[in-house]
Amino acid sequence: MTEPDYLNSSYTLRSWFLTTDHKRIAILYFASLIAFFFIGGAAATAIRIELATPQADLVSSDTYNRLFTMHGVIMVWFFLIPSIPNTLGNFIVPLMIGARDLAFPRLNLLSWYLFVAGGCVTLFAIVAGGIDTGWTFYTPFSTLYSNSYVIIAVTGIFIAGFSSILTGLNFIVTIHRLRAPGLTWYRLPLFVWSLYATSVILVLATPVLAITLVLLATERFFGVGIFDPKIGGDPLLFQHLFWFYSHPAVYIMILPGMGVVNELISCFSRKPVFGYKFVAWASLAIAAVGFLVWGHHMFVSGQSLLASLVFSFMSFIVAVPSAIKVFNWTATLHKGSLRFDAPMLYALGFLGLFTIGGLTGLFLACLAFDVHATDTYFVVAHFHYIMVGGMVTAYFGGLHYWWPKITGRLYSEYWARTAAVLIFFGFNLTFFPQFVLGAEGMPRRYHVYPPEFQVWNVLSSGGATILAAAYLLPMFYLGYSLFFGSRAPANPWDAPGLEWQTSSPPPELNFESQPVVTRAPYQYRTDFTAEPQNA
Amino acid sequence: MPEGRGFAPQYASVQHRDEAAEIGIWVFLATELLLFGGLLFAYFVYRHANPAAFAAASRHTDIVIGTANTAILLTSSFLVACAVDALQAGARRICIMLLIGAMLLGLLFLSLKATEYAGEYHEHLVPGINFSFAPPLADGAELFFTIYFVATSIHAIHMMIGIAVLAALAIMLRRTASTRLCAALRTAALYWHFVDAIWIVLFALIYLPGRSGA
Repeated sequence: MTEPDYLNSSYTLRSWFLTTDHKRIAILYFASLIAFFFIGGAAATAIRIELATPQADLVSSDTYNRLFTMHGVIMVWFFLIPSIPNTLGNFIVPLMIGARDLAFPRLNLLSWYLFVAGGCVTLFAIVAGGIDTGWTFYTPFSTLYSNSYVIIAVTGIFIAGFSSILTGLNFIVTIHRLRAPGLTWYRLPLFVWSLYATSVILVLATPVLAITLVLLATERFFGVGIFDPKIGGDPLLFQHLFWFYSHPAVYIMILPGMGVVNELISCFSRKPVFGYKFVAWASLAIAAVGFLVWGHHMFVSGQSLLASLVFSFMSFIVAVPSAIKVFNWTATLHKGSLRFDAPMLYALGFLGLFTIGGLTGLFLACLAFDVHATDTYFVVAHFHYIMVGGMVTAYFGGLHYWWPKITGRLYSEYWARTAAVLIFFGFNLTFFPQFVLGAEGMPRRYHVYPPEFQVWNVLSSGGATILAAAYLLPMFYLGYSLFFGSRAPANPWDAPGLEWQTSSPPPELNFESQPVVTRAPYQYRTDFTAEPQNA
Repeated sequence: MPEGRGFAPQYASVQHRDEAAEIGIWVFLATELLLFGGLLFAYFVYRHANPAAFAAASRHTDIVIGTANTAILLTSSFLVACAVDALQAGARRICIMLLIGAMLLGLLFLSLKATEYAGEYHEHLVPGINFSFAPPLADGAELFFTIYFVATSIHAIHMMIGIAVLAALAIMLRRTASTRLCAALRTAALYWHFVDAIWIVLFALIYLPGRSGA
């Protein structure tokens, strides 16, 4: 190797914590996200243990409230939202577009520090005693009645929000200005399109959450009424503002996963993504229409029926671009030269789980059904199918796909496939019973329940055990590969993307010379037979 | 890394870098617009629900200071715009003088704002601290003043950041007027104008209701 790669160019702590290299910052994010994933996962574990029996036997009601709030807050803001954009996106986007770095490398580092600072503040609130409002912080409970650490927690989320905004800003400018010569918009890999759409949401939705949290903290701290009906304030205004951010935030959490799946399905079918332009514009359509559906979280809140009808209609509309993607991925598989490497198993898992999550989303967009299912386990199961079955599965798939590029090492294909299959079954066993529970009327956020619900809860808790073990597995074989895995070639998947045209791991400035792009993406050779992985 | 290029390796030229900075600030201003947008949305919802109370509360604001401050900010924006032109024409000293003028106007704005806050404190118009207002409009008026204080203090924080940025640029310009500083000044100027534009909207919403035709 002639030039040092980004990992061995320097070993000092300073070279990591003051780095402006997008690849190193991605690693910093990755390490912090693992920590938050474990904290959020620990809360989920406690919840599932408690729910194994109908009685309260592990925690009190109050502790249970704090547990599910902690699970939601950590997983949403400190794992899912930054997960793919800040790790895989940070690492891969500049490589994919043939750039030497993001447009604003120092801003990128600042974004990580803000994220960690926000995370520490929120963790402090949790350690000090926790928050019992649920991740949605609904007023007036959060402002007038809750005895927990609401202000500290929302301060942490407020700070982390700026990290999101700066990341989105950086991606938008990077994708606009730093594409390699010849890399037109329609030659971009679809992962880049989906991160562009994600960034637009990050930049336009997050500030609304920021100001909402400021108003919430002001009301709670000064005892003034902004959302307090006693002085003419409107608690529904809080819900409108909150969901104006938090519904688009759902698309922040799924669009990057969709982006990863494009790359995986195309690579392991050895075909271009079917209907490239439709998939590309579907990402932007989801981002745009996603801003107009927030009221479907408020069907039973007392908003006007007309508003509910419009939001219901828009929620059906937003499913169209998602469906376009699913159909196009399926069409990509059709007559492809399929290979079932571990990343492909994750991608296929995503396809099934996301489809179930999406279709049950249509159930919930129906006014009549939603009134029945509001605040039941049906909703919990629905969004976990999107967030965990969709996004986390795609995250693992992308992690395996780009692992050789990121680390320069190959992992054990056998264990990777085992983990992918276990995650799929463990996930379904955990969350499918929750659809049944919800349809039968079990409300969410209670830690005691009538005994007739026990069998489904035991199934769910049992599945959670498998899922937890399956999520732990990659820690071992990926960790092992870091030290003992065989060296990865530059292009283990024989893929045409620019990120594979440089060495693994890439040099500090990504490319020896400026790449020039002359053709559309996904031009795979179909005679790929080499076994890239050591079993 | 190429030595002595004077700009970061991800860019092909100085112009390339400056274009990126300009797109960056516009995207940032879009974020800022949505930040204030959420607040303005709350204002409009409550004004729609309490039109009489908002008009009555607005008549208790200090329109003299509000108008003076609007004039001061507009003038400062004019100076900042001139400073950008001066620097592009190579007149570094004039640019620095103009920036100092804009900063002084910004500080004047903030001190007038503080005077206004003090006046409102004496008139018992600060929700959460000492609010009293003639019933039956007290509730709506309290909402008005809560939003007023949140909006104007967030605006004031933006002003402070703007002044700090202009000060930093003025100090750096004392030594040299690189192309990098030129681009940085254009970026800072956009931010300053934006904060100014937000104030114009706030001025209309805070000081003018209930005063027309009265």
